[in-house]
Formats: sequence, C-alpha cells, structure tokens
Amino acid sequence: MAESGVIEPAPPASHLTTGRRLQRASTPYLLSLPSWVYLIVFFVVPLLSVLALAVATGNPEIGYSYTGHVSQFWTAVDTYHVQLVRSFWYGIASTVIALAIAYPVAYWIAFYGGRHKSTYLFLVLLPFFVSFIIRTLAWEFILSDQGLVLGHLKDWGLLSQNFHVLSTSWAVIWGLTYNSLPFYVLPLYVAIERIDRRVVRAANDLYADTPRAFMRVIFPLSAPGVFAGFLLVFVTNVGDYVNQQVLGGTGTYMIGSVIQDSFFTNQDYPMASALSAVLMLILVVAIFLYARTFGADSIQEYSA
Amino acid sequence: MTDTLSQLPAVDASRPVTVRRRRRKASSYLLPAFFWLVMIWTVIPIVFMIIFSFNQAPQGRIAFNWFGATDTWYRNVFAIGGLTQALEHSLAIAFLTAVISMCLGTPMALAMARYRFYGKTATDVMIFADIAAPSVVVGASLLGFFLTLNIPRGLTTILIAHVAFAVVFVVVVVRARLSGLDRSLDRAAADLGATPWVAFWKVIFPLIVPGIIAGGLLAFAMSIDDLIITSFVAGQAVTFPIWVYGAVKTGIPPQVFVMGTLIFVGGIVIALVNTLANSRRQA
Repeated sequence: MAESGVIEPAPPASHLTTGRRLQRASTPYLLSLPSWVYLIVFFVVPLLSVLALAVATGNPEIGYSYTGHVSQFWTAVDTYHVQLVRSFWYGIASTVIALAIAYPVAYWIAFYGGRHKSTYLFLVLLPFFVSFIIRTLAWEFILSDQGLVLGHLKDWGLLSQNFHVLSTSWAVIWGLTYNSLPFYVLPLYVAIERIDRRVVRAANDLYADTPRAFMRVIFPLSAPGVFAGFLLVFVTNVGDYVNQQVLGGTGTYMIGSVIQDSFFTNQDYPMASALSAVLMLILVVAIFLYARTFGADSIQEYSA
Repeated sequence: MTDTLSQLPAVDASRPVTVRRRRRKASSYLLPAFFWLVMIWTVIPIVFMIIFSFNQAPQGRIAFNWFGATDTWYRNVFAIGGLTQALEHSLAIAFLTAVISMCLGTPMALAMARYRFYGKTATDVMIFADIAAPSVVVGASLLGFFLTLNIPRGLTTILIAHVAFAVVFVVVVVRARLSGLDRSLDRAAADLGATPWVAFWKVIFPLIVPGIIAGGLLAFAMSIDDLIITSFVAGQAVTFPIWVYGAVKTGIPPQVFVMGTLIFVGGIVIALVNTLANSRRQA
C-alpha cells in the first residue's frame, strides 16, 4: 500500500528539541484531521447507523425503539428477493458487457493510440460532459416505440408493430452499460498502458500465438484495471434506479427503487435501512469472493 | 522507444513473421473499426440532445419526431422559472462542493502521500469504502442520519452529502500528483534553509496546483451530475437533475436539452483550455 520512494527514513532526530519532534510527529494527524472529522461524521457514522435503524421498529410519528430484531433482515430479503436477484443479474450483465466493449477500446488506445492517445481518451469521456439524466432520457426517446429507430424499422416492415425495447430488461441493461462504459475504459487503459511491451514480444518469441499471448500475458497483467472497473461499475449498477425508472417498466423493478420507495412512499425507514444493509453486505461478500478468486494482489495494487 | 528485445536475432526465421503479420492486420482493421463503432454509440445520445434542442416541438415538450428547426428554445432558455432556479442551485452547490473538497482533501492527500502514521491503513479503507459504497446506501444512510438528528433537509444537506462523496476523489487525485513528485525537492528546499511551511508554499504547492484543480473539477462534475444521493437528502430543494427526473413523467421541455447542450459545450471548452494550459506549462 505504501508508494515506493515516498517513505522517508526516520531522520536523525537527536538534535531536535522535544517540541519540534512532537510537532513533526503530529503533522500527518493535523493534516488529516479536517477530512477525518468530516468523513467520520457524514460517512462512517451514518453508514453504521443504517445497521442500527435496521433493527429498530416504529415509524416517523411515534419514533423508533431499538428492539434489536434481526428478523427485519430476513423479512427484507424474503419480501424483496425478486428485486434483489434482478438487481444483481442486471449488475452482472451490464458489467460483463461493459467489460467486453471497454477492453478492446482501452487495449487499442493503449497499444496503438500513438500520439493521439489523449484525444481518443477524450472521445471516450465525452458522455461525462452531458448530464447523466439527460443521456438516459435521450436513450429513452431514441429507443421509444415510435421513435427514430424503432419507428422507421417498423415503417419499413423490418419489425413487427408491437415490437418494443423500452420497459424490457434489455433496455435497462443497455442504459446501465452505456452509462458505465467510460468508467470501465479509464481503469483498463491505465492498467494496459503500464504493461511493458517487451514482455508481450518475449511471449511471441517463446512461440505464443496472439490469443495465447493475450490470455497468458496481457490479460493477467491488466487484472488490476479489470478489478478497479468491476468495482466502480458493478457496485454503481446494482444500486442504480435511474436507468430502471427511465428505460424500464414495472417488470424491471430494482432494489434501488425499492429502497427509495420504502423511504418516501411507505415511510418504512427500518425496512429501507435493512435493505440498504443487506445490499451492502452482499456487495462486500461479492467483492471479497472476487478478490479471493482472482487474487488479492489486484485489490492491493488498486488501493495503492 | 528503442526496443532491445526486437534487436535480438529471431530464433525461428519463418514463424514469427507470419504471426506478426496476422496480428498487425487484426490490429490495424478490426480494433480501430470496433473503436469507432463504440464511439458512434457513445455520441448518439449527445448528438440527439444537440439536434433536438433545435426541434420545433409542439406544446413545448420534447418529441421524438422532427418538426423543423427553431432557435425558440435558445432564446427562451430561462423561461421556465423552476428549471432555471434548479440549475442555479446545482451550479452553486457544485462550486461550493469543489471549493470545500479541495480545502479538506488537499491536506489529507499530503498526509497520505508524505507521511507514515498510525491509522493510515484505516484511512485508506475509509477512502476506499467511500468510493465503492453504492449511492443508494450512502443516500439512505445520510437521510436516516439527518432524520435521527432532526436536521431539516434542504440545500445545506445536499452540500454536506456532496462534499462527503467528492472529498475522497480530491484526496486520490492530489495524492497521485504528489506521488509523482521528486522527494529531493523537499531536501533541496530544506538545505537552502526553508522551513517545512515555507518549502510547502514555495515549492510543493505550485507543483500540485494542477492536481488540486483537477480534483476540484472532478468534484464539481460529480456534484452537478448527482441524482441518487441528492434525491434522498434534498427535502423540498430542487437541483437540475432532480427537476429533470421529476419532469420525466409529465414531459421534458426542450430547454432541458438546450441547457444540456450549453453545459456540454462549456465543459469541453474548459477541458480543452485546461489541457492546452497544462501542455504549455510542461513544454
């Protein structure tokens, strides 16, 4: 986790007064203090209190009592397991498709981009300059039943009149994939760019054909990028509800929408908290399993 | 780049040639073709937004068919009071988020990049968790927190939430910039009699300014675009994404696409100016 070359050897401190030494030792704490306080108050404590609220009963009018009923978790999973499973299915599908699209793109930019690399990366990042909600809305109009694409295809008789894309699972996965593509290209590009081209050349000289050199050399070396992208894209997509609300229909309800509804429509805060906690626990387990299966090195390299 | 391995004599004269030629073929046609296809896919909604911001849509709602070009929506871009106010809220919150995140994040980045201290690993875990936590969970937990403490939801709580997720990105970006700096600069400054305080402001700070600005721009972009976390902590306050999302069911006025187009053009201009300034500084 320590960056190479930044750790300074302990300076000979004998000539310093106790005051100076104390000052030097306290510097990193003083520097970190503002962010620490902020993140602990507005990130860590709320996150932990989700767990507390999940085992409480009550409602906004009469207040809450912390009964410690763990059964709330089972009720949450039992009631909404369909949406939970669906969220993970959409999350996995969109992440895998995004990886399949992003990898060749990042690979080509990193290995064959030449001096236009930054221009190509800029093109990949173009969607970031348009609001997320507007991008998703634009797809809603483009994919709508009588819209530019489907409308014309139907007029030409290429599609049956009742064919539709919107409010299907694939529309939601389409939106999730589109919105996550830049988030996957960036970490992949960083990882592939770092690969020493001579290692690939060496594999070829050792009679590895192109597919084998790719599978045994290039892909393993880009694993940190695959993991970083997986983390960003998968977690975001499982919890997303905007793509589902705009592009999907009643049959594509995801867990994010359920949490939203529990808070604002049903005002069932313990249920919303329990669902948040369950979602987070499953994600932590998924990330842990990924790290166990594909090696923990990639995690460490990412966080370094 | 000179490549020492390629200068070695090939072990088998016949085989690598064919392999290499086949690979070059695939890489020179298939990969670029795929790249440009993906780029077309990428810009389709953007092009749609720009073109349909000129659409003479009936009833002042975006339609999916073309009714002829007009600049009406550009001339009346601020005609919808609620939308204009929402955009103002978004810009103000994004600006404040960027400034506060830069002020909070830069010192922490300094501590993380330059010092070894007790709790550094825990801090790393916290930063990692903040980046990796799903928005619904962050939003729901903050709302629960504000409800428990009886804090009224509004623009202030939106700002608090945005800083909470944006600050770690400033830390990551500035830290990366600091890691790339040569430590001997500090020593040189110290040898020339500079105290750590003076050395920081005279030597280190000017060098990491591009990193701080990049972190701030990232924080700005994430704040102005956030919908999920904001929807939890907004209360009655309305930001641009919230307004647009709320209008999905009733119909989107073309002004939304006009504002999107203006932000798109403005963002690209800022990015290009920033890139040019950076390359000139490095030259």
